[in-house]
Amino acid sequence: MRAAGLLLLGLCAAWPAAGQVAPFVVTDDAIAAPLLGLAGDRARGAAVVRNRETANCLICHAIPDPRERFMGDVGPPLAGVGSRLTPGQIRLRVVDPTLVNPASVMPAYHRVAGLVNVDARYSGRPVLTAQEIEDVVAYLSGLEE
Amino acid sequence: MIGRPAAALLACAALGTLAAASEIRPSRDFLSPELRAQQDDPSRHPGWLWVEEGEALWRRGEASCQSCHGDIAGMAGVAARYPAVAADGVLLNLEGRIERCRTQHQAQRAFGYESEPLLSLTAAVALRSRGMPVSVAVDGPAAPFVEAGRRFYETRQGQLNLACTQCHDENAGRRLRGDVISNGLGTGYPAYRLEWNALGSLHRRLRACSLGVRATQFDFGSPEYLALELYLASRANGLPIEAPGLRR
Ligand code: HEC
Ligand code: HEC
Repeated sequence: MRAAGLLLLGLCAAWPAAGQVAPFVVTDDAIAAPLLGLAGDRARGAAVVRNRETANCLICHAIPDPRERFMGDVGPPLAGVGSRLTPGQIRLRVVDPTLVNPASVMPAYHRVAGLVNVDARYSGRPVLTAQEIEDVVAYLSGLEE
Repeated sequence: MIGRPAAALLACAALGTLAAASEIRPSRDFLSPELRAQQDDPSRHPGWLWVEEGEALWRRGEASCQSCHGDIAGMAGVAARYPAVAADGVLLNLEGRIERCRTQHQAQRAFGYESEPLLSLTAAVALRSRGMPVSVAVDGPAAPFVEAGRRFYETRQGQLNLACTQCHDENAGRRLRGDVISNGLGTGYPAYRLEWNALGSLHRRLRACSLGVRATQFDFGSPEYLALELYLASRANGLPIEAPGLRR
């Protein structure tokens, strides 16, 4: 599985469209280094996760916040994810979960290569920028048991 | 994408091994009890306004639908057999069939997809098959269309990189925000959707799912959605027609 992920990464890196995607290295099942060396911000990350126009994470996941209504249950609840996974593991799963599980239903939030029939309004750019990914990683890493 | 399978193959996205379709359940099973009751009750179902309009249109004019087909009651079972391949090899859904009657037998201009008269007539005709099992042909001339529809259904698409099957098979019954994901059948269409405040076609719903994953929205009546509609119907073979449906 991991070898397949690395192979995929190699292929994708060759795609010219990958301009807006930060380079990253997958080791084990993580991207250890922050994208572009950026520092994440928890509060901004909390807002990104809730934003229905962009990440829309709550369409599939629940977060520990009683004020949020109509959260989805397609993905696992994110409460305690900061205790289960390292920041690097979280980063890889948000950047591109298919590098961990090729059949994942979760969208890749920082990838442009190899997508099919992308609406012209979104083509050539990832759902989340490198900064937004780092903000989300900071927020989720703080969701500890 | 149809006719361009290479695009899908080229993609470095692994298509993934898609779980074998488990049991496919009627769309009504996924509705809230309140919506289900309302779908069954004409007096509380706004879609009936379109049905009544369609029944009036059926009888209207000199070369009316009725002048060839008799009372609309004779349309029982027809919607259950569509989409179907016509003698000239063209894949027609119910809307396409009605438009053909309009242009070829009534010598009138086509109503146009998603127009009120076409939605009304489609709903009135489909109602006559309500409760009857879907029975579309999937072999012979239909086979390549079914195959094209299946490919579309199983291909991850859009910026969010999701295939229809990932939601409508692997996650049916789960919650996506406030929606319970169904098996994604077309049996309730045209449907009155509260979000639309109107009756809409299956292709309108398909455009919403495409948009949801930030994928290309194909045209109403496009070859892509027609083949997909046939594939969805093949998945629904044996399950009851629910049109006009009622949806949130
Ligand atoms: C379409 C559904 C969907 C969306 C949208 C989605 N996820 Fe996921 N997510 C999943 C599923 C399903 C899993 C379980 C692992 C798998 O199948 O890949 C998962 C797993 C995860 C994990 C690992 C959790 C664990 O305990 O192992 C994290 C972290 C995560 N998601 C974060 C996010 C964030 C952040 C967003 C939005 C930016 C998001 N997800 C959007 C479906 C989704
Ligand atoms: C991210 C998840 C997701 C994806 C991917 C998706 N859908 Fe849907 N779809 C939904 C939700 C949620 C609904 C509304 C609840 C329901 O009826 O299933 C819906 C509704 C439908 C309906 C209407 C069902 C009814 O009875 O009202 C059809 C038909 C459908 N989808 C087909 C498709 C097809 C075909 C594709 C691929 C082109 C697709 N969907 C992709 C989530 C999705």
